[in-house]
Amino acid sequence: MRSETLIWAAVAAIFAFLFIPIVVIVLYAFSAAPIPAWPIAGFALHWFADTWHDQAVRQALVLSLEVASVATIAAMLLGTLAAMAVARMQSAAKEVVSFIAVLPIALPGILTGMALAAYFAFWGINLSYWTIVAGHATFCVVIVYNNVVARLRRMPRSLTEASADLGADAFRTFRLVQLPMMASAIGAGALLAFALSFDEVIVTTFTAGAQNTLPLWIFGAIRLGQQLPEVNVVVFAIILFTAIPVLLAQKLIGESGKVAR
Amino acid sequence: MRDGFKRKLARLALYVSVSLPFAQGAAAAEPLQSIGQGEGVLNMVAWEGYAQPDWVKPFEAATGCMVHAKYAGSSDEMVALMRSGGGDQYDLVSASGDATLRLIYGHDVQPINMALIPAWKNFIPQLQSPAFNTVRGVHYGVSYEWGPNTLLYNTKVFPAAPTSWSVIYDPAYKGKITVPDNPIQIADAALYLSKKDPSLGITDPYELNQAQMDAVVTLLKAQSKLIKKYWALASDEIQLFTSGDAVVGAAWPYQTNTLQAAKVPVAETIPQEGATGWADTWMISAKAPHPNCAYEWINWVTTPKVQAEQAIYFGETPANTLACKEMDAQQPGSCAQYHANAPASYFDQIKFWKTPRKACGNGKDDCLDYSAWQREWQIIKG
Amino acid sequence: MSLNRTFSVLGWRRPGVANAALLGLPALWFAALYLAAIGALLITSFWTVDDLSGNLIPGFSFTNFQQLLSVPVYTHIALRTIGIAAAVTITDVILAWPVAYAMIRLAGPRLRAVMMAAVMVPLWSSYLARVYAWRLILAHNGLLNWALMEIGLPRAHIGYSNWAMWIVFSYLWLPFMILPVAASVERIPPSLLEASADLGERGFATFRRVMLPMALPGMVAGAIFTFSLTLGDYVTPMLVGGRGSDFIGNVVYSNVGVTNNIPFAAAYAVLPLGVMAVFLLIARKLGAFDAL
Repeated sequence: MRSETLIWAAVAAIFAFLFIPIVVIVLYAFSAAPIPAWPIAGFALHWFADTWHDQAVRQALVLSLEVASVATIAAMLLGTLAAMAVARMQSAAKEVVSFIAVLPIALPGILTGMALAAYFAFWGINLSYWTIVAGHATFCVVIVYNNVVARLRRMPRSLTEASADLGADAFRTFRLVQLPMMASAIGAGALLAFALSFDEVIVTTFTAGAQNTLPLWIFGAIRLGQQLPEVNVVVFAIILFTAIPVLLAQKLIGESGKVAR
Repeated sequence: MRDGFKRKLARLALYVSVSLPFAQGAAAAEPLQSIGQGEGVLNMVAWEGYAQPDWVKPFEAATGCMVHAKYAGSSDEMVALMRSGGGDQYDLVSASGDATLRLIYGHDVQPINMALIPAWKNFIPQLQSPAFNTVRGVHYGVSYEWGPNTLLYNTKVFPAAPTSWSVIYDPAYKGKITVPDNPIQIADAALYLSKKDPSLGITDPYELNQAQMDAVVTLLKAQSKLIKKYWALASDEIQLFTSGDAVVGAAWPYQTNTLQAAKVPVAETIPQEGATGWADTWMISAKAPHPNCAYEWINWVTTPKVQAEQAIYFGETPANTLACKEMDAQQPGSCAQYHANAPASYFDQIKFWKTPRKACGNGKDDCLDYSAWQREWQIIKG
Repeated sequence: MSLNRTFSVLGWRRPGVANAALLGLPALWFAALYLAAIGALLITSFWTVDDLSGNLIPGFSFTNFQQLLSVPVYTHIALRTIGIAAAVTITDVILAWPVAYAMIRLAGPRLRAVMMAAVMVPLWSSYLARVYAWRLILAHNGLLNWALMEIGLPRAHIGYSNWAMWIVFSYLWLPFMILPVAASVERIPPSLLEASADLGERGFATFRRVMLPMALPGMVAGAIFTFSLTLGDYVTPMLVGGRGSDFIGNVVYSNVGVTNNIPFAAAYAVLPLGVMAVFLLIARKLGAFDAL
């Protein structure tokens, strides 16, 4: 009993560690001074209006949402296909695929960014929306892939065989048997992939060209140092809006009985 | 089979780097003959504080060119950004004198037709065709503003302004000093040493031979033990002074103005040894996708009004001599405060940033070039 | 429909064909984009730069590597980077365990869902904004020192230092450790723990002898993230590091910025690549890929 109390105390301290910076972000969203100092001298609400009317924030937010959506869809497609292929393979080939899929996340982002920027230049591809998407999709694949692989591992192969025995072709089996069973795993992976893309800085720095995703706008605001409360307002708003999908992801993962990643 | 693949990979690598933006040399385009309809968009690489809403918003309204600014904290970063993605990502850059020649010789920027820039004839003579943006009579950019790198200090710690740069090398302020994370900072130390130790024979802080560099590096290595943080972003230094982590450091007037506006007790000074400084130039990318908007911008920001706004906002001096009256109208006394009416001798005493090259001004070839500065800087920082 | 039928027959009779069809698109994506780009970059690390023209000279030379090895500062930076990445990984393993254990073994289903969501919320709030928040917390006149002085303690001088980087990195990547550790704790059959208890093992002994080895793949999987994300970062050192806090990433980044030093940057980038390759091979041995 005593050790349980100790564990809970540790858990409380660790959650405090996780959330203190977020509390700080939210607090400074209401700070009157453009340059943050502690203790906060005065409070103001005008940063919310300023942020709302800031075209640069809006454009960056829209770009980030678009990029994250398209990258996530690409990652869902590629990750699911790879996972389905791997489910039928023997372990050596499986490990090779897993190894390659995890590389974009396991290798330092600066390496990926530099390599992609040079590679795009080689093909004469102008840095654009699509180059950002290509970079993000590459490192998002592994997340969907891992989720689906884990699900398929627990899915008895006899089900698809039964479907085939009953005369269903491959696509019918996929649509009626496999897809419904994988759906929540794909969904949970997709939400995490979206989050990862939405917040990525390092690879994006190299693949974005003149456009600003939201993290790049935030970096610009940080270096300018004069509209930091706007950054806090944006992040505060994102936290509020994402509490919903995070809880939703939780539900999806809960159904699958497995923790993501 | 294996070897064939390796060979292919090697060939691919060759292609990649040959086409790398960093190795690319674009043919200089003919300058624009007349300014046409704006393209609706303008992408620029700028110093912090160079694309403020005060003059960007009216520009957008007047020309329809929507401004997207990317801020860079060093000349190196500006050069890299201008070359990113094949060099067609940005239309404009506010390059300082240590980046301009790299961009010109790298064929990254295009010649400017000065007939299309009416304000140019009103510039101070030194900035009409300076060597750092005009090569063999061809203009590759339009001068903008200039100013000194200053000594920033906390007025609670220094009731009187320090008179020498020695304070940023003084162990008394250990852990309270900040200087820019920029190899060009070596020149600041060289300038200080040239006065403190004339026997070294440093005449130009950007032209250092190995012996002189060794002396400067020794000074900077000793300094690095006293540094709280090498600031990479203007906001780093603002934050360091706001939170009390630093009390003295090398700065731009931008930080001073921002800190004073936030009521942080700071002031700036130019110590007796003099100062390094910058003279910025707007340059148009060789592959600028929106050249008309770029010309519109240059004309917009060289008008006396915007020149004055920029000068007061950043704390620097306009190139356009007509801006003095505007400055006093916007903020009485600011023309004299920022030296917009100072005699030519004031301009001449500032050691403006330039790219260190092997060929020294004295005709010898024994100076260290910028890549050597880079290496030394990395070693100094440890 | 008959085409469909053909595919399905092929798929069952010749699994290789079906696998190839499924794997084709992802394989093409990775080979044509990612692996080609990384491979090409690595080859440039053997190239050199012409001092006069600044052009890249293709070839096969160890000049860049020699320079990296002969100037001690690059070794220091590499050791600092790897050392902090290792410290962060160990810290995160230690911090992840109580949370993962409480979440899976102690909490009810409702509380577990709330805890899981709470672990993920930080992932959704901008990485940059959180790093910046830490800068405000750890500064000389920041929240931490204010709190210390309020309770009568002296100031802690950890703002802008390697300590700050250790704290902030540990903070940033903690969720990436908690999730896989929790997942692997969840996979330990409760019957096993009961058996251990029945055999008279005390709580901690059960943890050490049963849970820890069984959750090892989860910890290694988490370590892939915490270690590699730290290894490749340059923004956090830039924002919260002090003097002498450069990481490999900072050197790489500044060399990309300097005219034509791509080969040197690529050469230095080989180091984290090699470190991660070894790390991943060990991780594979320990079964981490199944626990990702």
